Amino acid sequence: MTNEIETIIHTQDLSLFYGDFQALHDISLPFAQRQVTALIGPSGCGKSSFLRSLNRMNDLTSGTRSEGAVIFEGTNILEKKIDVVSLRRRIGMVFQKPNPFPKSIYDNVAYGLVVNGIKNRSIVAARVEKSLKQAALWEEVKDRLHKPALGLSGGQQQRLCIARALAVEPEILLMDEPASALDPIATQKIEELILELKERYTIIIVTHNMQQAARVSNTTAFFYMGRLVEVGSTNALFTKPVKKETEDYITGRFG
Amino acid sequence: MTFSLSKNRLSGKRGTVQSIWFALFRGAAAINVLALFAVILFMVIQGASAINWAFLTEMPKNSMTEGGILPCIIGTICLALGALAFAFPVGVATAIYLNEYATQGKRVAMIRFAITNLAGVPSVVFGLFGLAFFCTVLKLGVSLLSGALTLGIMSLPVIIGASEEALKTVPNTYREASLGLGASKWQTIFRVVVPSALPGILTGSILALGRAAGETAPIMFTGAVFFTPDLPTSVFDEVMALPYHIYVLATAGTHIGETRPLQYGTALVLIALVLGMNLCAIIVRSRLRNRNRI
Repeated sequence: MTNEIETIIHTQDLSLFYGDFQALHDISLPFAQRQVTALIGPSGCGKSSFLRSLNRMNDLTSGTRSEGAVIFEGTNILEKKIDVVSLRRRIGMVFQKPNPFPKSIYDNVAYGLVVNGIKNRSIVAARVEKSLKQAALWEEVKDRLHKPALGLSGGQQQRLCIARALAVEPEILLMDEPASALDPIATQKIEELILELKERYTIIIVTHNMQQAARVSNTTAFFYMGRLVEVGSTNALFTKPVKKETEDYITGRFG
Repeated sequence: MTFSLSKNRLSGKRGTVQSIWFALFRGAAAINVLALFAVILFMVIQGASAINWAFLTEMPKNSMTEGGILPCIIGTICLALGALAFAFPVGVATAIYLNEYATQGKRVAMIRFAITNLAGVPSVVFGLFGLAFFCTVLKLGVSLLSGALTLGIMSLPVIIGASEEALKTVPNTYREASLGLGASKWQTIFRVVVPSALPGILTGSILALGRAAGETAPIMFTGAVFFTPDLPTSVFDEVMALPYHIYVLATAGTHIGETRPLQYGTALVLIALVLGMNLCAIIVRSRLRNRNRI
């Protein structure tokens, strides 16, 4: 690549506390625009908590407190005065378990548009179609858009959730182990999708699966015990890890 | 050789102990069905002879020893619907506040304490309270409105409880998904959480309505009267009601013996009304549940 890759969002000495327990310790990590960054590490290492800090999802858990900063477009989004509702529209999220609403397929994808005040039916319909196509689900559901979303398979449901997140045209897409509840074929589809989506979106993905991190990401960050141990290009991190913990983890000696 | 596990029977002493306990539990469950069945059967046997079209559609005649119970049926339906009109919005709103966005602390603990104790207040006390507060202090008099409000307050804990249970069954992942798409808390509650909880909320509320329709004590001082020659035309009218009518005929009338069939007939109508409401609750619930499932 010739031109410099721009950072879209970064954290500065981010610490997170659940009550007295410190889940994250002074994490400073930049994320490149239109790239996939994978966050890996053993369970409880803080990677999901970190991800949820980036769109203030941790606010929903009572007793959480953060220190440091998350800078998005020059603003610290951890500040109280930030409008989290519009922040979350711009930094979308896909969760570990597919969680479509008990509504129709169409209404699921249209939901984010409707709550953000887009009422024009033809605009909504066009955006629903576009999002479902982006999520590689359109062909499978175009004849049953008004059927319940819960009738889809797990893998389809997760792609629906991705379509739902894409519909509001976020700049960043946070994915919290998006394939961990899916079978290998559905997982493969999600991975292919991630590779396509990074042309347009910045993707930050938490994963337990190191092969997955190696396959989809440009950059990988290794978390351990609430600290950022190592971050680098995925290729380098998996072939020549600098830190011993990283090497132990990726070679399967723990975690 | 066949070795069958299909019977799934445990042999020996453990098996005997298990079958005895299981039989007891099954028996306990059967008592519920038997009790309902016995009540209905008893009422039908005693009261069916009194039921005819005139009984359901005419006014009482001859000091209530003859004629129909139309004003009681209408009065009870009005009282129950009035109670629901008040208690449903207040109860659901309270449940949403408590479950969705109240900061858990002293204030919420106090509100819960109040609700729990409200549920424990005997119905006759509600009746006296309604008389003192709605009829006298608010000058609403003995009226449909006073009776409905009294019944409504009495139903609040049930509706709040049912609504909270229903809200708790809505998976948190729905809330997270909605908030993650840039929906506000209100939009999340209004568009995702409440629609998902609606079957439970409606079921609980209709059951509460049925319960309220059968109450005597809360309405005997506040809304229901011994006899009125007119059907209610406004919420400030006093009404006759099925449960109070039964009480009156059975204990306070002048011809207690002769009106036996009327008493049972009235009771049968009341039971049919309540069971009908419960049936509605079941239908509403299954309809709503199936709407967005596979």
